[in-house]
Amino acid sequence: MLTLNINGRPHPVEAEAATPLLYALRDELGLNGAKFGCGLGQCGACTVLLDDRPILSCITPIAVTQGRQITTLEGLGGIDHPGPVQRAFIAEQAAQCGFCIAGMIMRAEGLLRRNAQPSDQEIRTHMRANLCRCGTHMRILAAVRRAAQAVRSAGVDTPPTQDARR
Amino acid sequence: MIQHPAMLSRRSLLGAGSALVVSFTLARPPFPTATAQSAPPRLPGSLRTTPMLDAWIRIDANGISVFTGKAELGQGIKTALLQVAAEELSVETKQITFITADTARTPNEGYTSGSQSMQDSATAIRHAAAQARELLIAAAAARLGLPAEQLTARDGVVSSPDGRRADYRELATAEVLHLEARPQSKLTDPGSYRWIGKPMPRVDIPAKVTGATAYVQDLRLPDMVHARVVRPPSYGARLRSVEVAAVERLPGVLKVVRDGHFLAVAAQREFQAVQAMDALARASQWDEDKALPNPNELYDWVRNAASKEYVIASVGNVAEPAGRSLEATYHRPYQLHGSIGPSCAVAQAEAGALTVWTHAQGVYPLRAALAEMLGLAQDKIRCIHVEGSGCYGHNGADDVAADAALMAMALPGRPVRLQWMRDQEHAWEPFGAAMVTRARASLDDRGSIATWQYEVWSNAHSTRPGGAGNLMPAWHLRRAFSQPMPEPIPQPTGGGDRNAIPLYQFPNMRIVHRFIPQMPLRVSALRGLGAYMNVFSLESFMDELALAAGADPVEFRLRHLADARARAVVELAAEKFGWDAARKPSRGLGRGFAFAKYKNLAAYTAVAAELEVERESGQIRLVRFVAADDSGEIVNPDGVRNQIEGGIVQSTSWTLREAVAFDETRIRSRDWSTYPILRFTELPEHVEVHLIDRPGQPFLGTGESAQGPTAAAIANAVANATGVRIRELPFTPARVKAAIAA
Amino acid sequence: MRLRRALFGVLSVVLLGAAGFLFFSRQPALPAMQPASAVSFERALIAKGAELALIGNCNVCHSKQGGAPYAGGRPLKTPFGTVYATNITPDAETGIGVWSETAFLRAMREGVRRDGAHLYPAFPYDHYTKASVGDLRAIYAFLMTREPVRAETPNNELPFPWSERALIAGWKLLYFKAGELKPDPTLSAELNRGAYLVEGLAHCGACHTPRNHWGAEANDRYLGGGDIDGWHAPALNGASPAPVPWTSEQLFRYLTTGFEPPHGVAAGPMQPVANNLGMVAEQDVKAIAAYIGAMLGPATANRRPAPVAPEAQATSRPAGGDVKTANSDGAVIYAGACALCHEPTGQGFSAHGIALTSSKVVAMADARNLTHVILEGIDPPKASPAALMPGFGAAFTDTQIAALMAYLRATFSNQPAWSGLEETVREARQSAREP
Repeated sequence: MLTLNINGRPHPVEAEAATPLLYALRDELGLNGAKFGCGLGQCGACTVLLDDRPILSCITPIAVTQGRQITTLEGLGGIDHPGPVQRAFIAEQAAQCGFCIAGMIMRAEGLLRRNAQPSDQEIRTHMRANLCRCGTHMRILAAVRRAAQAVRSAGVDTPPTQDARR
Repeated sequence: MIQHPAMLSRRSLLGAGSALVVSFTLARPPFPTATAQSAPPRLPGSLRTTPMLDAWIRIDANGISVFTGKAELGQGIKTALLQVAAEELSVETKQITFITADTARTPNEGYTSGSQSMQDSATAIRHAAAQARELLIAAAAARLGLPAEQLTARDGVVSSPDGRRADYRELATAEVLHLEARPQSKLTDPGSYRWIGKPMPRVDIPAKVTGATAYVQDLRLPDMVHARVVRPPSYGARLRSVEVAAVERLPGVLKVVRDGHFLAVAAQREFQAVQAMDALARASQWDEDKALPNPNELYDWVRNAASKEYVIASVGNVAEPAGRSLEATYHRPYQLHGSIGPSCAVAQAEAGALTVWTHAQGVYPLRAALAEMLGLAQDKIRCIHVEGSGCYGHNGADDVAADAALMAMALPGRPVRLQWMRDQEHAWEPFGAAMVTRARASLDDRGSIATWQYEVWSNAHSTRPGGAGNLMPAWHLRRAFSQPMPEPIPQPTGGGDRNAIPLYQFPNMRIVHRFIPQMPLRVSALRGLGAYMNVFSLESFMDELALAAGADPVEFRLRHLADARARAVVELAAEKFGWDAARKPSRGLGRGFAFAKYKNLAAYTAVAAELEVERESGQIRLVRFVAADDSGEIVNPDGVRNQIEGGIVQSTSWTLREAVAFDETRIRSRDWSTYPILRFTELPEHVEVHLIDRPGQPFLGTGESAQGPTAAAIANAVANATGVRIRELPFTPARVKAAIAA
Repeated sequence: MRLRRALFGVLSVVLLGAAGFLFFSRQPALPAMQPASAVSFERALIAKGAELALIGNCNVCHSKQGGAPYAGGRPLKTPFGTVYATNITPDAETGIGVWSETAFLRAMREGVRRDGAHLYPAFPYDHYTKASVGDLRAIYAFLMTREPVRAETPNNELPFPWSERALIAGWKLLYFKAGELKPDPTLSAELNRGAYLVEGLAHCGACHTPRNHWGAEANDRYLGGGDIDGWHAPALNGASPAPVPWTSEQLFRYLTTGFEPPHGVAAGPMQPVANNLGMVAEQDVKAIAAYIGAMLGPATANRRPAPVAPEAQATSRPAGGDVKTANSDGAVIYAGACALCHEPTGQGFSAHGIALTSSKVVAMADARNLTHVILEGIDPPKASPAALMPGFGAAFTDTQIAALMAYLRATFSNQPAWSGLEETVREARQSAREP
């Protein structure tokens, strides 16, 4: 039995040590934000934060996450109180099918926690790890720029750690 | 034989009269012979097949429900339909509960495909809602003892000048809406639109950005178990033997199912199912054949395969070309849908009935196919659409529903969630067909096109279920179903010949579709169908002709374009791009232009592209795209914009990167490393879309109109930058480099 | 008395030597010229120079992250301090815009700046000197027709006495021999061409050869492996650590596409080299590959691939309950993170990850390269968009990475265990780029 610290709270999980974090999040804890896109670390749909940095949860065994801070989409805000990055994506209507968007938001969040003033080139390079098949890229870039703006003007640099939904 | 498309356009313009009364919409233009009869006027949109008003609108004490047989695929249709319904019902959008494709609850509107949803469903809902509103006002008039003209309906309430009110929920007794629709409706005047034409935010996005349950992949039902299928290593591979005993003993495994060559496993937890699938695959032995064409000779295969010839357009006489002639042949490989989330379904069999939660584009056709496969009566099966990731046409959604249904039948009472793995989606989804096109034209002494001939060789562009024969898992059962011989989709919609007939006016024209029934690689509808390749080909060829005529590419197109709305879109794109005929492109940069009216029936889209080619490496650096679009009356301008932008970026990926890899036995494109698609670092710097709104005109579908013009705009810009014309897709750096060096 | 005379003798020798040395070490300044205009160079010469500049990798050292091409500013860390690559765009004030062709040739062939000062051999003129005058003139034509960029080169950070350029004259006396490489009549035309490029413009030895205390290449261990930017440039001679011996054909494909299974991807400092060579005429890269292939020589006994039975590889994947047989941290991490791509699935499909038994970064004595690959992942080379590996620097701690590396070493090579892995990882993180 392993205990994972997710969105600021401890969660015991029964899965084996080599189980990718993605399955523990989705199946055991019902946290559906992170998605299965490839299971190979190629598409980024499974992106969550580990100690504030974006990782690919489909290729991260839960064993390595013990004692560390996991942040998921649900930890950034819920449908009634979305966080700044989520609000930016809604404002820009940066989604078509939306399947990649949770990963995009987490990847962007990881960037903005380290660098609240990314250049357009830095955003593009950083987001390269994530794939979108619908072609929503330009709006996603606009949403990240908008989120950076919001983060800067709000002076927000301590991210919410509570799971807003639970 | 078909009339010249330009004439159809004029008829459609004549058909759209005043904004208040629309007698029919352009869902399917009539063939010349049909108009001869004095048939009763047809009902608008999908009302034709589902005429009862209360199939679309239900009002009871709980409120207002609106039903559509279409599905939200991520194209924003749910929001757009909601806007239309709210407008004509004169209510606020939040007063409506909107229900999408469900065989137990909604009208049967076939598939959500072909950019038909606005033209079919929005039109039907619009009229149904308008007629419902008038019926409610009439009911209020009767109750209040006032003439209907004195009453107004707003926000779910009908009120009189003297302040008396009647709520829709009281007025809507069971009989009020239980009527057939009429051909004509009193539609809201565009001048007073509250919802139509407004960029209303999509109703599905907030849940998607906060992790609320939004996709079929996220469904969690009580007692649900997880399943995975072990697919054959290649089409037609046969399962010689499998040792299931060890797999059955793995932790959490509930059941291994073998039925002929169909092999699958169910387990308590999802990762256990994945591990069991892997073990089961290792424990199975398959016999394979070399059944695929030599990939190095793919286009020879396409050209020489047995085909049926259809002459889809013939005007004048192309036999004696006058003046200068040009000929070009173009090639397109198989391409993937590549849905970002592999297909998934949840199915539950209980007491002889089956419920399937699916992201298939057509829940009714799927139900029929499942019924045939399982030997169940159709009314024992319910298919409910739940969103999946973008499908871009016929992907694995129907097949995985069949997989899940088979497992559900093997585990009665338990909901079974079955999801494909990445390599299964890549290898087993039906592809966009490989195509060859050939264009021949001659110019008269004024440099205008005198004769135009065009041929397209292609497999089918639709093998949708239908019947069980088009459910791939059914091919592998002991009691196997065979894939039926495909049929071409007739013009004017077309399949491989979609958009093969240009919108331009040529005095002499002959267009031939060579339909290849044999499908060594599995193929079906990929967004745009043949339009992507046909528009790429003919718009590339238009530029080649313009060059030969010494003409500017934009001016050359306008010279041959009579349709006024088409001209407006071309001119707008050129203007916003800054297309200056006299300007020489700056060093290294190339610019290209292309235009098409999707299917010659739907949206008009023109795209101008600017890019740079690095000659030593063949890399293309995209600078900008500027597009103009006319989608008729726009319901949600942001939705239209999103579709055009998305279509441009998606087409850029297809055009620069994508080709399915295979050898003579197996499909080799199994993941994003063996089938790379565009990433953020390869995007253009800038994309802009300019819309022409036509209030009062019929809705025109936009989801597939940008892909073809984008491909041709890129090809034309590359030719402009390098002086080299490339006619084979995709424009990989290796291909561009080789073409420049040659 | 005798002592005083001895001291005086020593002192005078030293002083005379120093004076002679200082006299000798000073080179004349060459006059500035009017910046050449682009049209004064023939297009064919410029095109030839463009190709040669790609082979010479000028753009790699002389461009900095986020800076304009050839505008300099990139720091090169050496054991003596940091040297900054200069601006070689034709800007008149901050670049080489006023350099005559003579001045440029002298810099490339003799390592002397236009003003007469010696250039630090971090600029590999000990290789460039082997190029022909014709080739150097072509490179000059190419550089002088680039976009001039105004960019001051930062001052070098070299502590005394290394900051004194005069000392380089002494270094040159000991370690530098100017002159064009002449063809060897015993070699084929292709090998001669390969030798000319490798020894000269391509300057492979500058990274792939160990250096002595004075920073000069150790000729007795030529191509025996070297250091660059925190990575190890593996040996390209008989001491090559590649478990599967390279063929010239494989080398050619590796150098042009950046990806050659079973060997792997051109990562780290090698990737820009492969990106450049992918844009060069094929026969030149073939010549380079042929020459290096000849240097690598036939596979010696210690370089035979370590046979790892297919079954052994299969059980390192978590096939259900079998994960218990390998439950060390490293094994668990490998099973959950690496095996998914680096081993074929039960369906026989492989996601581009190379079989680790043939990976040289697992087999080489120096653990730094594997550390970088795990921390940073691998960006796909220009010509191989598919060859992409995610980085695990964020996912794994130093301890976890060390455990993983130890597991990989033990499982996929027959080489002795590495030591000090946690320290290696910690150090590599400081210079690692974000995954």
